Amino acid sequence: MKIAITAKGTDWTSEVDPRFGRAAYILIVDTDIMDFEVINNSINSNAFKGAGIQAATTVCETGAKVLLTGYCGPKAFEVIKTAGINVVSDIEGRVKDVVDLFISGKLTYTDSANAFAHW
Amino acid sequence: MIISVASGKGGTGKTTVSTNMALALGEKLTFLDCDVEEPNGHLFLKPKIEQVERVSIAVPLVDEAKCTFCKKCSDICRFNAIVVVGSSVLVFKDLCHSCGGCMVVCPENAISETGRELGTIEYGHRDAIRFVQGRLRIGEAMSPPMIKKVREATIPGELTIIDAPPGTSCPVIAAMKGTDFVLMVTEPTPFGLHDLKLAVEAVKLLGIPAGLVINRCDIGDRKVYEYAEKQNIPILLEIPFDRKMAEAYSWGQCIVEVMPEWKDKFKGIYRDIELHLEGLKETV
Repeated sequence: MKIAITAKGTDWTSEVDPRFGRAAYILIVDTDIMDFEVINNSINSNAFKGAGIQAATTVCETGAKVLLTGYCGPKAFEVIKTAGINVVSDIEGRVKDVVDLFISGKLTYTDSANAFAHW
Repeated sequence: MIISVASGKGGTGKTTVSTNMALALGEKLTFLDCDVEEPNGHLFLKPKIEQVERVSIAVPLVDEAKCTFCKKCSDICRFNAIVVVGSSVLVFKDLCHSCGGCMVVCPENAISETGRELGTIEYGHRDAIRFVQGRLRIGEAMSPPMIKKVREATIPGELTIIDAPPGTSCPVIAAMKGTDFVLMVTEPTPFGLHDLKLAVEAVKLLGIPAGLVINRCDIGDRKVYEYAEKQNIPILLEIPFDRKMAEAYSWGQCIVEVMPEWKDKFKGIYRDIELHLEGLKETV
């Protein structure tokens, strides 16, 4: 399964970026082979408006089924949910640890946004 | 003639100057309160409101039965206000700038217009003064479309005084653009000067002649005066930091009502603007 995770860097030891729309990177992890591809989100992180929507659209196009991030606003959440992707928010720590937690089934999906618009 | 009253810094006295000028002239003119996020001209002019109109702007409505989810609409939208997710189209009305691009590029004609409420426009009179103000809906983030709607109330050929919002961004530009003269109100303080410079740069880009009113002229320093001289901006009026004026303001009264000797001074601004514009014509 592919899962998307926001990160401050581009490797397993990177910290999770708490921001979704304006995250530095989005890693698309394939849990079957434990490898990932890196999406550089820098253009989006400087977007004037609608960064969350754009990041959400990007994630939808990767085929990821789950998004792990810190804070997800209402507009991004709506896009993500429309695509049938599950969200786990309030994530923090290193990418590898978080992915391991997810695989071991210790994370629960959220059913609502946990940040305001323009947060 | 259309005179816009602007400032870089907020709270310098735009409303004081525009309402007093309108009252002092007392003739047939239109007062437009374009500070639509917090209109306050009505507190001083106390107009009788005769008509209230709701205004809205066009935002897209997608017919998903016709849509092929080609994404042309989301590709053209600079504000991510319309996005295609699989076989759904999401519209974020509050991000839409109403450019109509999505409707133009849609090959299936699947997009029509619906509305987003901007707020209300109130029309009334204070004696011979025709009064119009915009009031932005709470939660609405974009004021320029509302300001443009308020300005549609301008009667061509008649004198119009616009009370503009503060700052130097889109709302102020929407209020100043296409006016004949910008009357800038500032105070002789470092903050006043800093923001005045920004406002002067914006007015220059728009190519509109400008003049200055210095409010609370007896506080601060002389730097605003030096700047005005260097930039060749005429100073049309100086208003002192006066307790009687401040008290009148706190009661919602105009200076010209409690201190009638100021009537001629505020009338004088208009006369000077006319002379200044005639002078410019002759030099051209």
